[in-house]
Amino acid sequence: MRLDPFYRLLISRIRESLREPEVLFWVFVFPMLLAVGLGIAFRNKPQEQVSIAIAEGPRAREVATVLEADPQLIVRISNEEDARSELRLGKVALVVVPREPYEYRFDPTRPEAEVARVHVEGVLQKAAGRKDAFDAVEIEVSGPGARYIDFLIPGLLGMNLMSGGMWGVGIAVVDMRTRKLLKRLIASPMRKSEFIAALMMSRVVFMLGELVALLVFGFLFFDITVRGSITATVLVGLLGALTFGGIGILVASRAQRMETVSGLMNVVMLPMFLLSGIFFSTDRFPEMMQPAIQTLPLTMLNDALRAIIIEGHTLVSQAWEILGLSLWGGSSFLLSIKWFRWT
Amino acid sequence: MAPMQAAIRCRDLAKTYDGKVEAVRGIDLEIGVGECFGLLGPNGAGKTTTVEMLVGLLVPTRGEIAILGKRWGEDDDAVRQRLGISLQETKLADKLTVEETVILFRSFYDRRRSVQEILELTGLTEKRSSWVSKLSGGQRQRLALACALVGDPELVFLDEPTTGLDPQSRRHLWDVIRDFRREGKTVLLTTHYMEEAERLCDRVAIVDHGKIIALGSPRELIQRLGGDHVVELEVNDPVRIAIEDLEKLPSVSRSYREGDVLGLAVKEVHLAIPALMAYLSERGSELEHLSTRHASLEDVFVSLTGRHLRDG
Repeated sequence: MRLDPFYRLLISRIRESLREPEVLFWVFVFPMLLAVGLGIAFRNKPQEQVSIAIAEGPRAREVATVLEADPQLIVRISNEEDARSELRLGKVALVVVPREPYEYRFDPTRPEAEVARVHVEGVLQKAAGRKDAFDAVEIEVSGPGARYIDFLIPGLLGMNLMSGGMWGVGIAVVDMRTRKLLKRLIASPMRKSEFIAALMMSRVVFMLGELVALLVFGFLFFDITVRGSITATVLVGLLGALTFGGIGILVASRAQRMETVSGLMNVVMLPMFLLSGIFFSTDRFPEMMQPAIQTLPLTMLNDALRAIIIEGHTLVSQAWEILGLSLWGGSSFLLSIKWFRWT
Repeated sequence: MAPMQAAIRCRDLAKTYDGKVEAVRGIDLEIGVGECFGLLGPNGAGKTTTVEMLVGLLVPTRGEIAILGKRWGEDDDAVRQRLGISLQETKLADKLTVEETVILFRSFYDRRRSVQEILELTGLTEKRSSWVSKLSGGQRQRLALACALVGDPELVFLDEPTTGLDPQSRRHLWDVIRDFRREGKTVLLTTHYMEEAERLCDRVAIVDHGKIIALGSPRELIQRLGGDHVVELEVNDPVRIAIEDLEKLPSVSRSYREGDVLGLAVKEVHLAIPALMAYLSERGSELEHLSTRHASLEDVFVSLTGRHLRDG
């Protein structure tokens, strides 16, 4: 491989991408918009208050006063008939009927009803004289590091490395093939290794841009910091970019038309979008699917990124993921060398 | 006399696609160093397939190829260093400038001409900073030529270099090719414009249905028609005239029929026309149209195939 052709091919590739405004949008702006949107939608809110009703009766007033002292509860007094219909309509989560024995009417399938029951029971029993069996200290942990956005940012990074690698490499290759530019290049004394290396290197350059953009964005807007080493993060990002670049070349190795390659890309990427833990944990899927899910390259990439960025683990602890990604990338590469069509 | 060194040599070259479409059916060529050689033929004659086999992009179904004395697979890198290629329908990257494109192709070659020089040669200096997407058809073809010439090649392959260009752009491109030839370089070009072949090429092979049907200098091929002039006539009763009779007229060497038009290859127009008139009036045929012109390669093609080049 000669340096000058490699450098010229790389520069051309980067120039072409940067001169394509849509590319900049999808690569840099879109993940940030996604982070902002999802960050707002799933921000950790203080526990919401729940409404409860107390059925009218001789002790209703007294019970209401006790319960109103709890900040979590919004209390109203209704006659028993009205209270039942309010419960049915979901206006209140729980109805307290203050007689002997006390009645709590609620629908246990509604989570806020359970919250209301626990609160009401606790407050009333305490007011009636129950003593705590032991003392407990409450420590709140919803600070940076444990929020949804902390989970999301590494996932978005992984997603970006996947779609950037696949589209960035695959579309470029098929575009050049339909233009017969690949044929023209291979008719010149350009070496295949120079072309492939430049293509991969352009992914690495963009990967660095994407990584820095998302991490800086996360730091500025959501106060997210990388707990592991930056070097480890970059190295995993590099491996991710190369792996998906390799898969991108494989998918594009023979396609003669844009429609074909877009279809193939979507077939390859869709399962990973859904299953690989970009937006929520892969644990949500049934046990029997786990072996398949855990072998997807994006799952490995996301797991490694989260382990390093959120949990501060070392690169060595991610050896399994790194090996898996290397196998995916390496075998895609070898297959595409076998299958690749320049014409 | 020592045999002329061949820049391109191929023997019994053939290509059959998918086991059935015979695009090229046995072509022999020997093109000397310094020659400008034209493959002339209608669209679909097999010119592009031939060129792509010669430049090593397509594997022939059978036959042998030697480019600059080497077969493909022997030392491809070294051979490619000495070739310049412009393929049909290549669309260079839209979002690179003219200069960036030339610099990119230049980087592949060991011997390089300066970017400045190549842009001047192809008349693209003013367009150097324009994106390829903003170029006209003629400018794109010149850029393709610039990319073919930037490695200072000994031999260039130009597949349909002027197709789709207006006459002015075409002439401009011819000038560039002529300048290149003055340096003693070899050119193989394909075209379906006979005028282009006549103006540029030392020798021409007329290709039809995957075979060479005539080979020689444009001058020779035209002379083989039997005269420098062509007389074309239309009469009210063309079917009743036997073209063999027309060949017996003085100074007429060949005759042919192409639809309703009768054509004669004529050496001396002033001898042939009066005799033709006498013949027609004797038969009672009425002349509807008559024209004379210098013979061209187009006439050679028509006389060989009964079709025009443009008809395909």
